[in-house]
Amino acid sequence: MSIFSFTLIFAMAALSLCLVMTGIRFAIGPTLPDRITAFDLFVANVIGIVAIYTELTGNQDFIDVAIILSLFGFLGSISFAYYLMKSAR
Amino acid sequence: MFEDINFLLIREIISSVFIIIGVMFMLISTIGLLRFPDFYIRMSAITKGATLGLGFILSGMGIYFNEPDMFLKVMLIIGFTFLTSPVAAHVIGRTAVRNKIPFWDHTNLDEFKDYLHKEHSAHRDHERDNTQV
Repeated sequence: MSIFSFTLIFAMAALSLCLVMTGIRFAIGPTLPDRITAFDLFVANVIGIVAIYTELTGNQDFIDVAIILSLFGFLGSISFAYYLMKSAR
Repeated sequence: MFEDINFLLIREIISSVFIIIGVMFMLISTIGLLRFPDFYIRMSAITKGATLGLGFILSGMGIYFNEPDMFLKVMLIIGFTFLTSPVAAHVIGRTAVRNKIPFWDHTNLDEFKDYLHKEHSAHRDHERDNTQV
């Protein structure tokens, strides 16, 4: 096993740990904005995992998934915040 | 002179260093999300650390593939993330202030008090207008 593939597998494991910890914050988050922020970090983590997976398999088609995901993550958190602001009024 | 250099190995090493740095940033920001005491401090931690870590991971991937279209896509993702992450954090933080999410006890709010009062009173005026109409 070369250094490079060891690095990729280590990065995959660390990002999975990040996902688990974000899920804990998503579950125990005391308020709704906490959960929106945790969702934001979910999307960032998944983009990182997609990037590492692209490098692990060498298939360059997967990077389009990361582009679309970065678009839709922003859209999701903005719409959550918008409806939260509407419901506060 | 350049024939006996293994460029693939150099690219792999540089990409590994970038990926390790990025993953460390993401891990530290996630621990910050889990451990910090207040919503606003947590949001500050992840909106800086996770964005920088994502930039490092994607740059490492662009260096490994070493192709122009891959580099363009990586730059597209990095630019879009760096542009949208502060905007989303600002909108969510403003929503949290409007919704009276409590601050941490040790936060120094002396200079922020006027703005907070104005924001909440404007919110109240808006509510009163809505009930009148």
